[in-house]
Amino acid sequence: MNVNSFSELVEISEKTGVPLDKVVLHWEMLDTGNAPEKIVEEASKLLAIMEEEYESKKGKTFKTLVGLTGTNSKKMLEYLPNTIIGENAFTAATIAITMAESNAAMGKIVACPTAGASGVMPGVLLTLEKLGVERQKLVSGLIVAGAIGKIISKRASLSGAESGCQAEIGSATAMAAGAATHATGGTPTQVANAAALSLKSLMGLVCDPVGGFVEVPCVKRNASGAVIALLFSDIAKAGVESVVPFDEVVDAMGKVGRSMPESLRETGKGGIADTPTAKKIVQDFSNKFKL
Amino acid sequence: MSSILEIIGPSMIGPSSSHTLGAMRISRFAYNLVGSIPQKVIFYLHGSFQDTYIGHGTWLALIAGLCGIKTDEPRVSKANEIAKNLGMEYEFEPIDLGNVHPNTVKIVTYKDNAHHEIIGSSIGAGRIVITSIDSVGCELNGEYPTLLIENEDIPGALSSIIRTISINGTNIARLNLNRASKYLKLASAVIELDNEVPNSTIKSLKMLDVVKSVMYVKPI
Ligand code: SF4
Repeated sequence: MNVNSFSELVEISEKTGVPLDKVVLHWEMLDTGNAPEKIVEEASKLLAIMEEEYESKKGKTFKTLVGLTGTNSKKMLEYLPNTIIGENAFTAATIAITMAESNAAMGKIVACPTAGASGVMPGVLLTLEKLGVERQKLVSGLIVAGAIGKIISKRASLSGAESGCQAEIGSATAMAAGAATHATGGTPTQVANAAALSLKSLMGLVCDPVGGFVEVPCVKRNASGAVIALLFSDIAKAGVESVVPFDEVVDAMGKVGRSMPESLRETGKGGIADTPTAKKIVQDFSNKFKL
Repeated sequence: MSSILEIIGPSMIGPSSSHTLGAMRISRFAYNLVGSIPQKVIFYLHGSFQDTYIGHGTWLALIAGLCGIKTDEPRVSKANEIAKNLGMEYEFEPIDLGNVHPNTVKIVTYKDNAHHEIIGSSIGAGRIVITSIDSVGCELNGEYPTLLIENEDIPGALSSIIRTISINGTNIARLNLNRASKYLKLASAVIELDNEVPNSTIKSLKMLDVVKSVMYVKPI
């Protein structure tokens, strides 16, 4: 079963009535020989790590490697009662930032799909869990997210160094939007629309980490990813469609990535990394640790 | 084709799969080669590893691997203290290894009278390639059990080695051959296997006349 497009999986699921996560598990088995129960078990373990890590890290102050971030989880938890954007969205953003700060402080994370973007998926899934979505549904959402990510890695890339941040935070957001849509009862077509709409909204995002380190702007982009994922999951479930189908959006993202100059692909030379403030930070830091 | 589990995971210690996880896997490989914690290790950092070893935590990941710490244990971030408690000395030095991947490290370990040298690159998404072990060129991803054999370069040597390995049902996945010295008639073989080899196989290999030395490295 050589699947190269997400639309094939959606079509099989809608024609046969087999839930999308089961179609993905079947594909996985034919493609890699992994038994469906094993994938479900491993995905459930990854969710458990997200749960445990957030519980033990929330509200903490982190000592990150470069020290550019690390106090935001606490600030945001305290601010929650005053939120304007809404409790759910703000919670997702808070979880995402907490995990991303923990990542920058050498905490344990789930690289879903990468370490830099590791706050997006827990931000979305753990918020749904707080809303009462069953754990087993979250796991099936995670499995659907795996298929979305795998299609992106086949047709484009999941690496900031290759295709910019659209491939990392952008892909994580598309995956999380699909996961949320599936976990909350959206149809396979709605899953594809949620993924397409989120990836479109992050199209062109460059990878410009200050000094090349996964702190600025990476940590805060995780918050925007989580909120965008929930937003487009809602929009897709309302029946709004992406005019351009997901697979074509992925191809477009790949093309945009290939046309990005090297300075905007994780080299720490362009974008936010190329500002006077960023350059000064890097200068001070490297003076301290010259080998 | 890769599994969806590699897309939605793995769990690891941050902040970067190529600078932390990959670095740590190279150093875990070195740990498996030495077979225990060395007394002293020198990490020679090349390219981007040299520029970012502090800001990406690469130095801690490298130390952690050689202390035998697993890739998703939170104590990676305290590897420097752990190394101290275990009595492992470490040093970091810059090096220019020429035209190799920017994220490359040469690890030199010392234990009793033995010393080992490996060169490995972190090539993205936590994947690695080991390109040299004790000066023998190779191309290993660290995912297979591996035998390193130094043997006499005479006709029939290789076939008796392969026979000894397969007799116990071990399957050879890949074979790298190198002529260490034509003058001394010495050659070396780096053999990746599909499954772990029993101790008896390693003993029988050591008993072969053509074999000078055998080392066994477990998968990471
Ligand atoms: S800016 Fe680059 S390093 Fe940071 S999260 Fe985005 S892709 Fe990753």
